[in-house]
Amino acid sequence: MSGYATGIVAILCINLIFAYAIFVTAAAGQLNLGGAGFQAIGAYTAAWLSSNAGQPVVVTIPLAMVTTALIGFLISFPVLRTRGVYMVLATFAFGQFVSGFLLRSPTFGGAIGMVVSDYVGIGLLIAAAIITTALVFFLMASRLGLAIRSIHDDEPVSTIMGVNVRAVQVTTFTIGGALAGLSGALYAHHFSFVEAQYFNSLLSIYVLLFVLIGGTQTAWGPLVGSLFFTLLPEVLRVGGSWRYVVFGVAIVAMMVLRPQGIVTRELVSRLSPRNWFGSRPAPAARMADGG
Amino acid sequence: MAADPILALSNVTKRFGGLTVSDQVSFAVPRGARMALIGPNGAGKTTLFNLMSGVYPLDGGEIVLDGARIDTLPSRKRIAMGLSRSFQNIRLMPHLSVVENVMLGQHAQASGIGDLLTPISWMRGGRWRRLAVERLEAAGIAVHPDADVASLPYGVRKKIEVVRALMSKPRLLMLDEPAAGLNPRETAELSAFLKDVAATGVTLLVVEHDMSFVHDLCEHTVVLNFGKLIYEGPTRAVQDDEAVREAYLGSRRVETAGGSHAA
Repeated sequence: MSGYATGIVAILCINLIFAYAIFVTAAAGQLNLGGAGFQAIGAYTAAWLSSNAGQPVVVTIPLAMVTTALIGFLISFPVLRTRGVYMVLATFAFGQFVSGFLLRSPTFGGAIGMVVSDYVGIGLLIAAAIITTALVFFLMASRLGLAIRSIHDDEPVSTIMGVNVRAVQVTTFTIGGALAGLSGALYAHHFSFVEAQYFNSLLSIYVLLFVLIGGTQTAWGPLVGSLFFTLLPEVLRVGGSWRYVVFGVAIVAMMVLRPQGIVTRELVSRLSPRNWFGSRPAPAARMADGG
Repeated sequence: MAADPILALSNVTKRFGGLTVSDQVSFAVPRGARMALIGPNGAGKTTLFNLMSGVYPLDGGEIVLDGARIDTLPSRKRIAMGLSRSFQNIRLMPHLSVVENVMLGQHAQASGIGDLLTPISWMRGGRWRRLAVERLEAAGIAVHPDADVASLPYGVRKKIEVVRALMSKPRLLMLDEPAAGLNPRETAELSAFLKDVAATGVTLLVVEHDMSFVHDLCEHTVVLNFGKLIYEGPTRAVQDDEAVREAYLGSRRVETAGGSHAA
């Protein structure tokens, strides 16, 4: 692979894992706009352990994941007291707090950033992305996944059906934290450098867009969303700086044409081999809502 | 009433602000009965269902299911104890397929981390899904299991909700207006289906306005009016009861008062 192609594949792998981190909570109806904060903590934990504590990658990556999982777990309690746009704002504030803290902290290099000593190659990134994708598909096919999706649709009824709504929501924040930490740690080790400015609010917005535009109903959504949004700007590169305009228009068009995301459960079920033969599920009636 | 009721309410009270929506309601549902809970609009029937299923806490009284007090338990634990319900306005999950909605009803049957984390269609050879599809077929719901619930006719969605409620293997099934919006043929089918369900040992408690459906299905009836219990007895005698007639038609005294207000 050329350096350019390797760079794109690396970013794609990191974005995909990051998108799944945000997807797991979004699938249960919780929007996390502080994704960059979680990813930054993962990246800096790995960077610090690697450069300052001299730990090998087999220690830094798992410890980064444990740290962000723990933070996801702890932050879920205050965050889950809020709803809707207030939750978006609360998680956004968390992301801002983290990047602000890292920018001010001399331990983590402040605005200069940190050099990461151990390098991780593209092979490990691809393997991590594949394993993460498989695990999230596995999760969404399980009864826990069904509970996650039912909470997205109707919390009170999920409770009456016996779902421990709060426990499931805390679990999704914890899993999401771990995955965001993984994506951050891989970023740090692959690019060998971390700086607080990279983990800004725009990154949080983009990763949430990958998920919402890809679709939150199935594990296919983030896969399609992050492929689309990582590759589209590269394809549009031929158009020079107009690509940002085209990119923006593409996002607006997606929101208008397919507010429920590119991939829906109904689409997956229609394309599923199980339904290739015999009767097909009836096409969905047009629904006004997109959630 | 039966000596060993499946459900016993004693002095169940709920206030919303200054309004007492459930006022010292006490009655028992005999084990294996098909009982109707009726009353004029706003009598507090759905509120009582919400109190039993744990949507709101009680302000007074207690609810005992099969000998165990349940009113202090969280909502999600009550289904595991055998209390399952449907909703007046269909509350199927719009983004789950037909079979996934029904499988959600099995949630309380899942035990342990293994049941939660194994993909459902692999689980013991897809046992959960197969069971859900079987129950849909047994209920006469001839739609594709992977169909979108939002695209289905009202009567079918209403029936899917009943099947979902049944998947938890309830001892007491509470249905909130199951026949509302159904045509006469669908109503007759539902009545026959619920009789079959009751024959398997499930006790039914049904909120319903369609009195011919109630007469056909339920041998016992309790009547609520303004949050108070005004009748408890056989369904066939309910329309002869003075208090019930007054509640539905209004007594002369109430009529006069109503007349003066009507202006």
